[in-house]
Amino acid sequence: MSTESAPAPKSGVAEDVQPGPRVAVSALITNLREYGLILALIAIMVFFQFTTSGTLFKPVNLSNLVQQNSFIIVMALGMLLVIVSGHIDLSVGSVAGFIGALAAMMMVIWPLGPLSNPLVVSIICLIIGGGIGAAQGYWIAYHRIPSFIVTLAGMLIFRGICQALLGGGSSVGPLPDGFKALSSGFIPDVIGPLTLIPPTVNAAGKTIMGSGLTLHMTTIVLGVVAVLAYAYFGLRARRTREQHGYEAEPFALFVVKTLVTSALALFLVYQFASYRGLPIVLMVMGVLIALFVFVTKRMTIGRRIYAMGGNAKAAQLSGIKTERLTLMVFVNMGVLSALGGLIIAARLGQAVPAAGLGSELDVIAAVFIGGASAMGGVGQVIGAVVGGFIMGVMNNGMSIMGVNVDWQQVVKGLVLLGAVVFDVYNKNKG
Amino acid sequence: MTSTILEMRDITKTFPGVKALSNVNLSVEEGEIHAVVGENGAGKSTLMKVLSGVYASGTYEGAIVYRGEECHFKGIHDSEHKGIVIIHQELALVPMLSIAENIFLGNEHAKFGIIDWNANETRTSALLKKVGLKEDPKTLITNIGVGKQQLVEIAKALSKEVKLLILDEPTASLSEKDSQALLDLLLEFKRQGMTSILISHKLNEVNRVADKVTVIRDGRTIETLARKDISEDRIITSMVGRSLDDRYPPREPKIGETVLQVKNWSVYHPIHAERQVIKGIDISVRKGEVVGIAGLMGAGRTEFAMSLFGRSYGRHITGEVLLKGKPIDVSSVSKAVDHGIAYVTEDRKTYGLNLIDHIKHNITLANLSGVSRHSVIDDMRELAVANDYKAKTNIRSSSVYQMTGNLSGGNQQKVVLSKWLFANPEVLILDEPTRGIDVGAKYEIYTIIARLASEGKAIIVISSEMPELLGITDRIYVMNEGRMVGEMAASDASQEKIMRAIVRGEGKAS
Repeated sequence: MSTESAPAPKSGVAEDVQPGPRVAVSALITNLREYGLILALIAIMVFFQFTTSGTLFKPVNLSNLVQQNSFIIVMALGMLLVIVSGHIDLSVGSVAGFIGALAAMMMVIWPLGPLSNPLVVSIICLIIGGGIGAAQGYWIAYHRIPSFIVTLAGMLIFRGICQALLGGGSSVGPLPDGFKALSSGFIPDVIGPLTLIPPTVNAAGKTIMGSGLTLHMTTIVLGVVAVLAYAYFGLRARRTREQHGYEAEPFALFVVKTLVTSALALFLVYQFASYRGLPIVLMVMGVLIALFVFVTKRMTIGRRIYAMGGNAKAAQLSGIKTERLTLMVFVNMGVLSALGGLIIAARLGQAVPAAGLGSELDVIAAVFIGGASAMGGVGQVIGAVVGGFIMGVMNNGMSIMGVNVDWQQVVKGLVLLGAVVFDVYNKNKG
Repeated sequence: MTSTILEMRDITKTFPGVKALSNVNLSVEEGEIHAVVGENGAGKSTLMKVLSGVYASGTYEGAIVYRGEECHFKGIHDSEHKGIVIIHQELALVPMLSIAENIFLGNEHAKFGIIDWNANETRTSALLKKVGLKEDPKTLITNIGVGKQQLVEIAKALSKEVKLLILDEPTASLSEKDSQALLDLLLEFKRQGMTSILISHKLNEVNRVADKVTVIRDGRTIETLARKDISEDRIITSMVGRSLDDRYPPREPKIGETVLQVKNWSVYHPIHAERQVIKGIDISVRKGEVVGIAGLMGAGRTEFAMSLFGRSYGRHITGEVLLKGKPIDVSSVSKAVDHGIAYVTEDRKTYGLNLIDHIKHNITLANLSGVSRHSVIDDMRELAVANDYKAKTNIRSSSVYQMTGNLSGGNQQKVVLSKWLFANPEVLILDEPTRGIDVGAKYEIYTIIARLASEGKAIIVISSEMPELLGITDRIYVMNEGRMVGEMAASDASQEKIMRAIVRGEGKAS
């Protein structure tokens, strides 16, 4: 072998290196895209605030909005993971309906004695939901039956069982008050109310509706604590980065982001506090959102789900048990569908055969509006939540405006298409 | 006298960063079987893609003169129109359609869009007779073997009034018997006056049917041999006798005790359960040793490695794996990884990377427990690890937050390599570690391999580039058709010796 004359190859061409300033710009662009969705939500809210002449942000309407849409968002959390892992679940609306019916039967009709306690029933229902998820996920994960087909079957099956359970077209209720509190209850004011403006009392000695201003102090305190915690953890994360010698996002951007988010949160908290405080379902939702953000951002299982959705073969060859992971994603979806079903039943105060009908489409739409990719591997929890709220605000706002339900669907469809087209266009450009 | 049907003059084709063909000349006489031979990656398939218009006129330099006129094919349709039909290595048949439907796909006998099935099937029967295939035209492609599928492809070519038939490695996946039948068919066509170009690296086949052989190496025409000059030795010398343009980092091997030993490893095809892909392989690798596995495409090297790595390929896997003398269980990827085995895939885009995620997440994927506590990922530790490996393997990117899909091939390879280095394996199997990457990046990969060996890792390198194996390994196994057909110390080995082992092994294997 000759070793002559060939120039020793040095480190090759620096084809992938970008100059420094472009990094900052691209960071800003990524952030803009991320916050674009929140800005869109705010724009939509402001729009409806005007078109409904101020009704949208009224404290009572905000509570309604949360109570009407929380089940969509709860289910969207599970759907996000399903879609990120490269699948779809069409059965969630039917599973929710079935679980609602089951819960009502257990609490109202069947003589279960102490087992008909709302809490016990709820826990059993969540477990059954997980079982349903496992049953569907088993075929998808281990037999590679397309999730579209398995869950389409599930959609038919569980809607059928739901209707059969309720004995045809009838509804079952009323459900116990303790159960209904899940949807329509508010957190108790352990600190006690603070009256800023005493209510006006009319001649008959009755308070005039809507007059005066009393604040739910527990809500205020919780809200302030949450906002402070948010700012603190944001700052701490920045400091850790800097201590390790990595540049964080520009400080100005961080401050603006934190201030805007905090102001928005405090405004909403104030609105809730001036009505009856934080709805219980909002607390449940908030805890779940925080949990899923943590799982997707910080935990190994979250990372594995994204890797599996991005390239299942590569994930498998990296030692990830993709079958088991897929199964777990569907079990999670089943549990959250069950929770969604309980929330729906609690809000209606009874189980009806059509509960959750068509809601799978709202849930899926929320996730896609939130920027998830139908190809899998891409999507954020916060995106799905904001997507859910966008759907919710549109539902609520258009209803107040008196837009016909038929046309509401048309508008929602156009928004879904528009959001995804915008996303794809952006990606191709970027 | 015969006339020249095709002349390709000074064909040069450049891909970003790589010159695939440089001034290649090919001249084919009417009515002959012209073989084009060369190593994997020599540029044979690229040349045929230029000819058939897969690479449109204008994307390459040089001229194609066919039947006396210069041609500028914009696509495969143009070349087919002139009677040039190429049959690719991977068959382009639709499995769930019938033979007749496949033969006339896109070219159906139809009136106003309504297919005349009788005409299609009658013509199909006639074509099948010509290629000697006794099957009902209505049989689905999926129900016939690969050999017969190959014949259907040829029948399809005949249906297009083919004048110049190009076969790209037609016998690569055929049994000995099917191969013989196919070659006989080629000779029969020749008697009828058809011209064929046969791309192959099976020299015994070339020897049997070719009238002329053109040898291509490193994107250049080396020589064209006439019938009387064709001999295996001559072709082998021509195929491998390259001047060494690459250099390899110097290395002082420090070889220790045996780390991994595989005994009597057998694997069957995942779909065709009766086909044995790996036929009782024994192999071992020692501490600090770099072992090469040479062989041609389809020899079963990747299948062997993947079946070893958590049964990621094949079924009915039997055999024994010993790590430092103790039998270990490698029945799943995570078990194999836990035992310190890592496999760096030859196909980084399909099996190696999550292309829609950034470098950092890709590097830690195979060893998430290394950057987490109680399943919670420590972001700072992960970032430090990613930056560390980015520096160690010299990944060139703006930051570890760059999407791997936007990296060049060489840098992608370094990310995959980093992923497995972070998993801290004792045995590292590298499958075609330098495929499709430029010379500079190759050198860097070789340097990493040399460093790992000096750190005491046991390394297996699978490569189709023989100079690479000779340059970086200590010992070379030669594999062919699922068997080990040779083993030699790298110091004793030469490209001729390896090629000879492969070619000789070919006869034995059948």
